[in-house]
Amino acid sequence: MATVALKGITKNFGPAPVLNGIDLDIAEGEFLTLVGASGCGKSTLIRIIAGLEPQSAGSVMVNGAPIDHLRPHERRVAMVFQSYALYPHMTVAGNIGLPLTMQHLSLWERLPLIKLLSPRRRRVMAEIGAEVRAVASQLQIEALLGRRPAALSGGQRQRVALGRAMVRHPDVFLMDEPLSNLDAKLRVHMRTELAELHARLKTTFIYVTHDQVEAMTMSDRVAMMDAGHILQLGKPAELYARPANVRVAQFIGSPAINLLPARIGEDGAPEVLGCRLPMATGLPAGSSATVGIRPEAIAPADAGKPEAGQVSLPAVLRRAENLGAEFILHFDVAGLGDQPVLCRVPADHEHGTHGRTDLVFDAAQAHVFDAEGNRVEPSGLAQRASGKPVRLYLTGGTER
Amino acid sequence: MRAAQAKPAGAGRIVRLAGRLLGGVLVHGFLLAGAAFMLLPFVWMLVTSIKPPDEIFTATLSFWPKQFYGYENYSFALTSAPLLRFALNGVLICACILVVQLLVAIPCGYALAKLRFPGRQTLFVLTLLALAIPVQVPALPLYIALADLGLLNTYFAIMVPFFLSVFAIFLLRQFFKGFPDDIIQAARLDGMSEFEIVWRIVTPSAWPAIAAFAVFSIVAHWNDLYWPLIVISDVKLAPPPLGMMFFADAETGSNYGALTAAATILTAPLVVAFLFARRRFIDGITMTGVK
Repeated sequence: MATVALKGITKNFGPAPVLNGIDLDIAEGEFLTLVGASGCGKSTLIRIIAGLEPQSAGSVMVNGAPIDHLRPHERRVAMVFQSYALYPHMTVAGNIGLPLTMQHLSLWERLPLIKLLSPRRRRVMAEIGAEVRAVASQLQIEALLGRRPAALSGGQRQRVALGRAMVRHPDVFLMDEPLSNLDAKLRVHMRTELAELHARLKTTFIYVTHDQVEAMTMSDRVAMMDAGHILQLGKPAELYARPANVRVAQFIGSPAINLLPARIGEDGAPEVLGCRLPMATGLPAGSSATVGIRPEAIAPADAGKPEAGQVSLPAVLRRAENLGAEFILHFDVAGLGDQPVLCRVPADHEHGTHGRTDLVFDAAQAHVFDAEGNRVEPSGLAQRASGKPVRLYLTGGTER
Repeated sequence: MRAAQAKPAGAGRIVRLAGRLLGGVLVHGFLLAGAAFMLLPFVWMLVTSIKPPDEIFTATLSFWPKQFYGYENYSFALTSAPLLRFALNGVLICACILVVQLLVAIPCGYALAKLRFPGRQTLFVLTLLALAIPVQVPALPLYIALADLGLLNTYFAIMVPFFLSVFAIFLLRQFFKGFPDDIIQAARLDGMSEFEIVWRIVTPSAWPAIAAFAVFSIVAHWNDLYWPLIVISDVKLAPPPLGMMFFADAETGSNYGALTAAATILTAPLVVAFLFARRRFIDGITMTGVK
């Protein structure tokens, strides 16, 4: 178990910077996920921590001491690769045991034929064999120990790769998209297993993924990366509830957040499609902004319940996706062009077919981002007498 | 109505079938002719080796001998020339050359394919350039150097120019290029040195390429006459082709029956070895993209 600290990690491939001064503190036993679209630098960062890639500047510290001068295997980190990276000509037992033979046998004890001269080799190999079997039983792959990787399924290879990492009892586990090559069902299952493994081992995990669901479900904290920067670092719930940047808002949450173009009015309140949100943003009047509303925060209005602040805007149901427990409704809203507004509603919701309707959301649930895409904390949300925030309606107009 | 439609369709099928048959006959006839053209010298060698001397020099061309003279030819060849010695020389020379070539070329190919260091591209270009230099070009300086060192007439002199095989470096570099980087990085994390990665992780996956190269190398050096002729004058050290030459000069003169018998004996190991390694050979060539 160990703390990991990154201080100003910078990486350039040629003139183009891939990482721009990454600072990150990871607590002991924490499950930290680096999430972002491909090419954001997250894999490069994890390879720098592993020592497989030298950084251009900055320092990696484990337990407060820099480890930049150490070679990969001296860093007491273990890595699980997306491709599993198993040694193709070795059995499962050979794959899992290899890190231990490297640790416990000297060079000449590993040479062909000459190794037979070593008196203690047999005893060490027996110990390693026992260790390998113990790890294999934890992962339920004892029956596979004699097979080669080519004879294993994707999920089994994944477990072997995990076993090879676990057998070293590392200070830090590094995982580079370990679930991306699995099919959807197995991925969901392995997600649970990995989370349980982390709970059992209580080792520091640094996990790289482009899948926001993996990031949200397994992590203690998530670092969302984009173009070599960390856009936001926080608990999964924080990233979801208070995205610091429009790109974080877009990335986290499924289906993706609805982003509506807005203008800041005279009093600093944003206006979305002609509808004023009753809040102060502090942004200069006339500047452009973006308002984000999660699909679960917006819904068709219940019929016959018009409230104050209605704006007449056409919203026409384009299509409804049935997900079993819920529906995803796609609405056309005038002024947004082809981009639909998505609503997530329970399965028992009566949404009719292709009719016009009103869309309603709480202003307090809206996320406001300035022209650069940074989050703006609104102030002075108009409160109603009941204490509930004002609800805004995007109301359906004449039928198309 | 139906019958009227079926008839032309049936006729069309017959025409198509006949066309395909004719195409097959043509292609196979062409290939068979090519194969016969390639095999004829070998067949002629085999036939000559069982003919008596007077039948070899008859004016009329006859394929099969009237009198079977194989035993006499082969026993003469085996008793009057140290053929076994020549064959063993060939085995020793080919094996040593191949082993050293692989010991050098595998790490070189790995470094050119997978390690990042300044000048790698330049070195690779130089490697490619070296492929274009025929063995005759450095022959003279090599001969002078070996003569000055007093190493002429040794096994070492036959082998030394071939220890560095640029072709092997190139072939293996192409093969290693396709080896997954992740596995190499996993091995580094597991504590392997680069040398161990080369020999314990990468080489076991390169067997097809190594087998293909081994065939090229063994064939080339088993059959090499040019260089042994320059550096060897001792009959005891001669590899097969040079031994054949000594045999033809000294003992047999124009005894072509015995000569072809000796040639058959010295070619046979190579043919047998190739037949065994054929699958590997073809795999290796298709996998490395050297066609």
